[in-house]
Amino acid sequence: MQKINLKYKIALPVLGFLFAVLVSCERGFSDDIDIATFPNTAEIFTDTPVGLTDAFFISFDPAGGANTSGFGTDDNEAFKGTTSIRIDVPAPNDPEGGFIGGIFKDRGEGRDLTGYDALTFWAKGSTTATVGLFGFGTDFINNEYAVGLENTQLSTDWKKYVIPIPDPSKLVQEKGMFIFSAGTQSTNGAGFTFWIDEIRFENLGTLGQPRPAILGGQDQTGQANIDTSVTVMSLSQTFNLANGQDVTVSATPAYFDFATSNPFVASVTDAGVVTVEGPGEIDPDTGMIDNTAVITATLAGVQAAGSLTISSTNIDVISIFSDVFANVPVDNYNGFYLDGFQTTLGGAIDEGGNNIIDYTLLNFVAIEFYGRDGSGVQPVDATDMTHLHIDIRPNETVEASDFFRIEIFNNFTLGSQLAGTFTISGSELLSNDWTGFDIPLSSFSGLTSKEALGAMIFVSDATIANISLDNIYFYSEN
Amino acid sequence: MNKILNIKINSNNVYSILCILAFTLITSCDTDDTQEVITFTNIVLQENFDVDGAPNPAIWGYDIGTGDNGWGNNELQNYTDRPENVVVENGMLKITAIQEDFEGSGYTSARISTKGLYAKKYGRFEARIKLPWGQGVWPAFWLLGNNIDTVGWPQCGEIDIMEYRGQEPTIVHGSLHGPGYSGGNPITKSYELSGDRFDTDFHVFGIEWGEGYVNFYVDDVLYNQITPADVTGEWVYDHDFFIIMNLAVGGSFAGAPNANTVFPQTMLVDYVRVYQ
Repeated sequence: MQKINLKYKIALPVLGFLFAVLVSCERGFSDDIDIATFPNTAEIFTDTPVGLTDAFFISFDPAGGANTSGFGTDDNEAFKGTTSIRIDVPAPNDPEGGFIGGIFKDRGEGRDLTGYDALTFWAKGSTTATVGLFGFGTDFINNEYAVGLENTQLSTDWKKYVIPIPDPSKLVQEKGMFIFSAGTQSTNGAGFTFWIDEIRFENLGTLGQPRPAILGGQDQTGQANIDTSVTVMSLSQTFNLANGQDVTVSATPAYFDFATSNPFVASVTDAGVVTVEGPGEIDPDTGMIDNTAVITATLAGVQAAGSLTISSTNIDVISIFSDVFANVPVDNYNGFYLDGFQTTLGGAIDEGGNNIIDYTLLNFVAIEFYGRDGSGVQPVDATDMTHLHIDIRPNETVEASDFFRIEIFNNFTLGSQLAGTFTISGSELLSNDWTGFDIPLSSFSGLTSKEALGAMIFVSDATIANISLDNIYFYSEN
Repeated sequence: MNKILNIKINSNNVYSILCILAFTLITSCDTDDTQEVITFTNIVLQENFDVDGAPNPAIWGYDIGTGDNGWGNNELQNYTDRPENVVVENGMLKITAIQEDFEGSGYTSARISTKGLYAKKYGRFEARIKLPWGQGVWPAFWLLGNNIDTVGWPQCGEIDIMEYRGQEPTIVHGSLHGPGYSGGNPITKSYELSGDRFDTDFHVFGIEWGEGYVNFYVDDVLYNQITPADVTGEWVYDHDFFIIMNLAVGGSFAGAPNANTVFPQTMLVDYVRVYQ
């Protein structure tokens, strides 16, 4: 009997304690609030997965090289509690897969994350390697609200990482709880281990100064025919953290609201797809045809940096390299020659979703499209073309005395080969910024025939060593 | 019998601990409500910045230029009275730091004070401010002894009601500088905002200052009291002080801005009030 009495004595203050905490600290709901339909569970992994699918870890496709055997938990390492997630990053030549990555997914219908402002976790590496991707919002279905923090360098002690939610009000039913992807790019192919613990969504309250961006924050221009489309890329959101550091995450179009300044010229969808709708209309003030539309975006009411000014054109195009037009087959975008003089490195790259050509140590380099080494690529018949378009961005400071020469070859490597050249001076280029050129083919002195163009050679003689190119195409206006 | 007795004692201990724990948690939730943050309520200066244009010349004057050695702190800005740098608009005082080439400086900003126009001994001095942000940005709301031109600094005394480094957006500092405890060695304490930051909304920064004490508070939180027993030199806070508001760039307190610092940066002041 005495023991039972004692039990009650203990239990009552416990109940009182709980009641006091609930009553004195909790803020009540206001009368008109909408009660969330989906659970708002914050935790993703503590010592065990919280509310995740039975699979826990859903790997990227092994057919694409993902290694599924390097994922597990570790009872000997934990930031807090007893257990952490252990990830063994394989070497690129591992027969079971050369990288590791995948997602954690909510086991229910998704979570209401509108009350949080960030995903946080603790991580520790066996070495200070870089993990290619951490994030959330990827569910391997629509990935509608995917967010990624790229190239995170690990510490060899536990460190907290913060991935801001670009706009929490969007996440009313999110299933993609966590994503990571890691290879050995930062360790010269040497495998390493890292541990993750205490993954959860938090309402930090200390994120400030949101600075969304589209197109990498750049004001870009482009021209396109009616009914052609181009997707707005390089979307991001930046916040300042409590420690004073900025963190920038990639964000999907679903976080943004896109707008066009001129719907008669171009429309833009929720997915950021810009379609040229018409030739434009005559501006009553100027009497000139306004054939441009400016595409901009906001995120949670904040104007995003960057814009796309698109001009509606009516042109025939033979495209060598662009994201807007279908490109003809080429032999290469980085034709190199073992002549002992050429220093150029680089080629086509993906710069934040925008395909560009990037050269370093440039003295000269070619784009070839004549059927090198029996490739079957056909030369380009540009008889009906009138202009060459090319966008150029020197990735360094340009002097007026620098130059960028374009040489176009007809019947390349044949006995009947002839070439025309056009030189752009440094004073016509902007340092670290794009400039577009529309060069009449008649300005390529010496190019007296153009029925079988097979190569384009770029020469700077190292006056401009680092340069990017984009939107290279022949065209004629209809 | 002994066993039962032991259990009883242990259980009673647990009971007591739980009761204390429960009591502690209940009271700790209510701390802010019971704390007496302010006691002076008779308002004697009310500057609400209601008239657009230059700040009211009956209250505010300007410190212009780069001072000696960047106002004694290696600060990088050149203070002006141009509206780009200091203006009253929409009920707010706006002091804006701009990155620009100006008379040999890389930045411009503004520093206004009530020197020669308004000074007072003791009272409650407070301002409601939304702070700027970024590495090397250094706003301040502070008081200097009105006798600075006769006894010099730090003998005149300096009360820093609010100082802040833009790279630490959740932390402010309240300090006293006097003879023997000045420059890099003040009597100081910092206050960190929990779950919020100072550059995303307005906060009230204030002191209550009387004979033998200066109390520092942010919003409804009293976070420090400094008395003569705390200072490592003479107590020099029993005479009139005037008010200064400024936004410095760089300097020994905040360090230089870097490539990530966004300019322009603006300190928004909703009001400055003095009570006695």
